[in-house]
Amino acid sequence: MKILVPVKRVVDYNVKVRVKADGTGVDLANVKMSMNPFDEISLEEAVRLKEAGIATDVIAVSCGLPACQETLRTAMAIGADRGILVETAEDLQPLAVAKLIQAIAKKEQPQIVIFGKQAIDDDANQTGQMFAALMGWAQATFASKVALANGLATVTREIDGGAETVECKLPVVITSDLRLNEPRYATLPNIMKAKKKPLDVFKPADLGIDVTPRLTLVNIAEPPKRRAGIKVADVQQLVAKLRNEAKVI
Amino acid sequence: MTKLLVIAEHDNAGLKAVTLNAVAAAQKIGGEIHVLVAGSGCVAVAAAAAKIAGVAQVRLADAEHYAEQTPENVAILVQAQAAGYSHILAAATGMGKNLLPRVAALLDVAQISEITAVVSPDTFVRPTYAGNAMATVQSADAIKVITARGTAFDAVAAEGGDAAIEAIAAAADLGLVRLIGREITQSARPELGAAKVIVSGGRGLGSREKFDEVLEPLADKLNAALGASRAAVDAGFVPNDYQVGQTGKIVAPSLYFAIGISGALQHLAGMKDSKVIVAINKDEDAPIFQVADYGLVADLFQAVPALIAELG
Ligand SMILES: Cc1cc2nc3c(=O)[nH]c(=O)nc-3n(C[C@H](O)[C@H](O)[C@H](O)COP(=O)(O)OP(=O)(O)OC[C@H]3O[C@@H](n4cnc5c(N)ncnc54)[C@H](O)[C@@H]3O)c2cc1C
Repeated sequence: MKILVPVKRVVDYNVKVRVKADGTGVDLANVKMSMNPFDEISLEEAVRLKEAGIATDVIAVSCGLPACQETLRTAMAIGADRGILVETAEDLQPLAVAKLIQAIAKKEQPQIVIFGKQAIDDDANQTGQMFAALMGWAQATFASKVALANGLATVTREIDGGAETVECKLPVVITSDLRLNEPRYATLPNIMKAKKKPLDVFKPADLGIDVTPRLTLVNIAEPPKRRAGIKVADVQQLVAKLRNEAKVI
Repeated sequence: MTKLLVIAEHDNAGLKAVTLNAVAAAQKIGGEIHVLVAGSGCVAVAAAAAKIAGVAQVRLADAEHYAEQTPENVAILVQAQAAGYSHILAAATGMGKNLLPRVAALLDVAQISEITAVVSPDTFVRPTYAGNAMATVQSADAIKVITARGTAFDAVAAEGGDAAIEAIAAAADLGLVRLIGREITQSARPELGAAKVIVSGGRGLGSREKFDEVLEPLADKLNAALGASRAAVDAGFVPNDYQVGQTGKIVAPSLYFAIGISGALQHLAGMKDSKVIVAINKDEDAPIFQVADYGLVADLFQAVPALIAELG
């Protein structure tokens, strides 16, 4: 059984981005880029399924600039068997990515595709659900636990009031939440090995997919700044301030 | 006149209040607002939706296979209903985020996530990068499929409307998913999304026992909801649905207490629109103090009991 794991190259989660003064975007010059943390979790889950003898192949797919090859090498160092890059300089939006992954899925015929629940740059939280719709598959989103047996995926999902467990027929889309697992670090020998693993490159046109953006970015602005307040000396002063100044208690 | 369809959020027994925020977002766009109720044995929900101020029509799909409102089944229902609507909206909750991208893909349109403002009927503001870059985006699609952030749109009145309820045909049961169990966190406290006061704890609480022992009395005193940082959830101090932040719940209460929380940008993303923020942390350089209106540098294990005593 093949598992496909889409991985996105994003600004590292430790970086606080700066909005460009002209409002055209965020400043990405000299900013550390990493694999989207949720995709690391997805990949870890896929690799564990392979180690458990349930999956045979783990294939990482990334869509975007040539630099995404680095992200794919990281994925292969964590344990993906091979990588696929759909290379384009176009501003890729979730629907376009879902269609590209669909085209790859048609070639590879995976039984499971594990997305991250959201990418920490656009915070869209869409691509897995969109892909599931295009394929007509079940979607087990925001997963905190996955078990596979007898052609069924049993997935515990984080929901607003707590958690629920669903049983899905394969093929299935899973999107990973933070509590699914704790991803491993790539070891040096595995990083070396990853350099030799196969990495195929396609263009969206090779796959027959139109990736033209549907949304036009009008402007990017900084949010209103919140100013730091004061330090209070003790709880007496704190309660007095909350009662008499802020009037919130 | 343009028509907008708002997907009701409910548990078959009652309408969730966040639906009122989604209707408010629809009102900002403007047009005739319809509400879709898909569920099983959910006539009471439809009746409640019909009373929402500003709603012109309720469309009710009541069928057994909507009992769990699985996105697979509900999405094809929404797709079948979509003709004639310029906008389809839902609240940006776990449910809305699960469903609307699926709807958008079936309609071959973009989905616009978690909008915080309406600029015009085709242009919206939405947060990106954990709320550090507010994007204004314009959609060229015929149908705009949108989730709206509850805290950004003041709820419309739950009463005052008198919409007609129209029963609609259910779509097929795809039978792709079966619900095995649901564990809803039981709590007598207000919901995080609706609470006026939130007491949140972080890794600084140290253990599940301490989290309860120290923060519950404060939450009791203030009739507050309890929240948490990711670190506190990951460490098992509290259930996952307590998590506030970029990838948890977005809250904006009148008063937010961050106790033993450092203030990582992912946490700030979920609470920085609170009216008043109080931080209690023993590290005077903790980033949480950069957004706190009132900061107390202290050991929380002493400060919180003292605070409770002072509140009387
Ligand atoms: C993809 C991704 C998504 C994330 N999403 C979220 C999210 O949605 N929400 C979220 O919260 N985080 C999220 N995080 C995690 C975030 O980056 C931080 O790791 C997390 O918020 C830290 O939690 P914390 O403040 O409780 O812990 P810490 O950063 O460890 O801070 C603990 C604080 O407690 C203080 N403290 C300790 N003991 C005491 C004491 N006795 N008295 C007073 N103060 C004390 C310390 O000084 C410290 O400031 C995410 C991270 C990633 C990578």
